[in-house]
Amino acid sequence: MGTVRELKIQPIRNGTVIDHIPNGRALDVLRILGLRALGSDSTVSVAIRVRSDKLGYKDIVKVENMELTARHLDALCLIAPSATISIIRDFKVRDKRVVDLPAAVTGILTCPNPSCISNVGEPIESEFEVARRRPVTLRCVYCERQVVDFLHHLRG
Amino acid sequence: MSLKGRDIVSIRDLSREEIDEILAAARRMIPYAEGTRSSGSLSGRIVVLAFFEPSTRTRLSFDAAAQRLGGRSLTIADASESSLRKGESLNDTIRMLAHYGDAIVLRHPNEGAARLAAMVSDRPVLNAGDGAGQHPTQTLVDLATIRESFGTLAGLRIVLLGDLRHGRTVHSLARALAIYGSAIRTVSPPGLSLPPEVAEQVVELGGEIQEEASLAKAVRDADVLYVTRLQKERFLDPAEYAQVAGSYRVDAAALQGARDRLVVMHPLPRTGEIAPELDATPRAAYFRQAFLAVPVRMALLGLVLNGKVP
Repeated sequence: MGTVRELKIQPIRNGTVIDHIPNGRALDVLRILGLRALGSDSTVSVAIRVRSDKLGYKDIVKVENMELTARHLDALCLIAPSATISIIRDFKVRDKRVVDLPAAVTGILTCPNPSCISNVGEPIESEFEVARRRPVTLRCVYCERQVVDFLHHLRG
Repeated sequence: MSLKGRDIVSIRDLSREEIDEILAAARRMIPYAEGTRSSGSLSGRIVVLAFFEPSTRTRLSFDAAAQRLGGRSLTIADASESSLRKGESLNDTIRMLAHYGDAIVLRHPNEGAARLAAMVSDRPVLNAGDGAGQHPTQTLVDLATIRESFGTLAGLRIVLLGDLRHGRTVHSLARALAIYGSAIRTVSPPGLSLPPEVAEQVVELGGEIQEEASLAKAVRDADVLYVTRLQKERFLDPAEYAQVAGSYRVDAAALQGARDRLVVMHPLPRTGEIAPELDATPRAAYFRQAFLAVPVRMALLGLVLNGKVP
């Protein structure tokens, strides 16, 4: 079984493995990572619908030569709260972490209220605070509109 | 606990104790608002009234409040005469205004504008209405009116009637009433009911809320009937507005089954929702409500600028 998996996704020398992504969310994860910003020597491997004991099915994303920023982690926790992140250096896992909901989510989502002051060209970043943890509900700190549907409000 | 230097952006920012403090201060301000006592406690202070959306009573009552306490005001009463029109950001406008006065009272068409202003201003910001968002000083006026009528805010039955979807005053009011443990009943035309998140908040705060189809049934054992107008300017589709225009009206006949103590409130301006025949009856609390705007706003200015009122 292990051999089969290795064939699906090649090991990377340096970079990040995002595992346990809810099935079907891999492409959204790529969007968060902003592939255009990556160097041309970065290989990105995506596995969709991989069998998982924990999730039934899951997606996996591996990105060479990239380590995630705090902003990536905040966004991941909104759309892939089950994700685990492994930092790979010289083919070895150097650090492993799960994503955790931060107290404030800044600059990642756009407010769903088109008339919110954060959507009308002011020199400010969108900002949300956690209104509820289950289900995760964020509240715009400006207009107080609540958001639960994060996928549709991710900044492009 | 002091409100000195505080921003008043949303009723959510205020604890029950702070609301009580503001209402108690407002009660003490009544003779000053009536002009039977005078005070110079805001002498030398400038209140900036930055109104980027039309308003008559909110702006004038803040102006009256500042002047009754010996303060002065600077007014932007029309967005077209301001630098916002020239493309300046609110962010920059507020930074500038914070240098001109000691407190900023802001009305703005975009939701969240007052929060942004409070973040960038080192002077207290009082939200006088941000789009369809918050209007906390109106809520305080409403609470002051109810408390004056019944001596309490707890254990009352309050009916909210009208455009509960767009009416910003009822959103904040529902929340505040929940904090005090009053029961809310809502009556609204189709499609204009209270947004679910507001109803959820009321329940989370331990309040009771129930939707009622019949106004006659809703007012039967109620203490307050709070009426709002259709917020015509917030309808995106004129056809949708035409469908509900004139769909509710409160007159003597509509209140026949109500208790004697029931009072009718309205944040004004009214556009036909309340028949003038009620004006001269003891039920009409809306003109008193309009007057109480002055002492409540005097209390707020006194508390955020001086930490106290005379």
